[in-house]
Amino acid sequence: MIDLIDVSKTYSKGQPAVKNADLHIEKGEFVFIVGNSGSGKSTLIKLLLKELDASSGTVMVDGIDLRNMKRRQVAKYRRKLGVVFQDFRLLKDRNVYENVAFAQRVIGRPTRVIRKRVPEMLTLVGLAEKYKARPKELSGGEQQRVALARALVNRPDILLADEPTGNLDPQNATEIMRLLEEINNRGTTVVVVTHNKEIVNAMKKRVVAMRKGVIISDEQEGEYHYED
Amino acid sequence: MRISTIAYELKQGFKNIARNWMFSLASIVTMAACIFIFGIFYSIVTNVDHIVKSVEEEVPITVLFEENVGEEVIKDVGRRIQDRPEVLEIRYVSAEEAWETFRDQYFGGSKAAAEGFHDDNPLANSSNYEVYVKQIEQQGDLVAYIEGLEGVREVRQSESAVKTLVSFNRLVATVSIAIIAILLVVAIFLISNTISTGITIRREEIGIMKLIGATDLFVRTPFLLEGIILGLIGAAIPLAALFVMYNQVILHILEKFKVLDGILQFVPVGQVFRVLLPVGLMLGMGIGFFGSLFTTRKHLNV
Repeated sequence: MIDLIDVSKTYSKGQPAVKNADLHIEKGEFVFIVGNSGSGKSTLIKLLLKELDASSGTVMVDGIDLRNMKRRQVAKYRRKLGVVFQDFRLLKDRNVYENVAFAQRVIGRPTRVIRKRVPEMLTLVGLAEKYKARPKELSGGEQQRVALARALVNRPDILLADEPTGNLDPQNATEIMRLLEEINNRGTTVVVVTHNKEIVNAMKKRVVAMRKGVIISDEQEGEYHYED
Repeated sequence: MRISTIAYELKQGFKNIARNWMFSLASIVTMAACIFIFGIFYSIVTNVDHIVKSVEEEVPITVLFEENVGEEVIKDVGRRIQDRPEVLEIRYVSAEEAWETFRDQYFGGSKAAAEGFHDDNPLANSSNYEVYVKQIEQQGDLVAYIEGLEGVREVRQSESAVKTLVSFNRLVATVSIAIIAILLVVAIFLISNTISTGITIRREEIGIMKLIGATDLFVRTPFLLEGIILGLIGAAIPLAALFVMYNQVILHILEKFKVLDGILQFVPVGQVFRVLLPVGLMLGMGIGFFGSLFTTRKHLNV
């Protein structure tokens, strides 16, 4: 599903953010990418989102080489992905329903599909009753669940989550992880970037650890034992 | 694009205007000034053109012949003039007819004064052709041609009136083009500024849109619609004002300068707006569209 072959990314100044990374993720896998700040894990997510282009090497997603992708093809490619961020990135002037529906609108789904799909997603994340609430009326955990619903509503093949529990208390963080696991059980490939040791250790999933842009370990049912 | 998507994009366009209402208002006012001045100058140019056309129709070139020239030569000159492409109409005026017209104009009711010339036509050599041209600018060429014809003594034309009107019209057109060009640049700049402010306000939303798979077209469309809406409103207001003002200004001119009544014939408002309305609206929409197109191209590489 995802293949990184000798991928490096160097910003205009300084050290490479990702250095000679090789990584293969199968369809339906659940993978943690862990490491401290500046380890290159978020750059990896940006490479997969094609927010950034690799300086060298090959990034392949679902058989597509992102290097050769034309600008006009990027939008269609991103529809295969769902993405969740640490800061939720919800639209503050719209309610829960509109935030989730927004993901469907931007890809031109008809209103009848939106009316069916959005409540389904809100039920999945446990927010069906709060569909009228604005983001500021929700807790951090609830906001992240809205972001998850938005990421999933277009039924992506891959879910990329960049520090999804970074702004949450342990209880909400666990709840979000439980949701991600459930989504993974339904067949979606899930890649979670995090430095939350407790959660990684509790989930017993594949753990890819990075330090200073280099992948230093890759373990099935691994633990977060890396320290800077 | 689906109808529901278009409706959504249109709603976003209106929302952008409302969120950014001060810049939107500035854009509309500038656009309105631009279209208003365009409308005024267009009305002036159209009316001067109309007056020039009336002169073309009413003031002919007079072709006079040398003394004792034969009838065949006069007919030949007539045929040659008739064949010219710039000639609208040609009319032969005999010496008797010329005298009668002159007598009516100058002696008027005083028949006694005219009686002195009984049986002695003082304009015996004044048989002539009255030639009407299609376009007044072509008069000079035609006069030069006729002057070169055999048997022609003199060609009289309404040169000074024609030149004055034509040069006045050119001046008005040049001044209007210059002012409109400056205002167009200002209007495009302001619309572009409005759109780029809107983009800045919505940068986060645009970023999210792009990350979840919105196409460039989808992201751009509300801004393009915003530009078009601003342009349309900015054009509609001055056009409506001009429509109301047009007849009142004409009435005012005729009232103030009573001597012009019957001489100047103004173009009816409906006829002016047959062109001004679509051109003004298209101009407003065009400025709005291109102003926002350039801006979105520049700022929407998220």
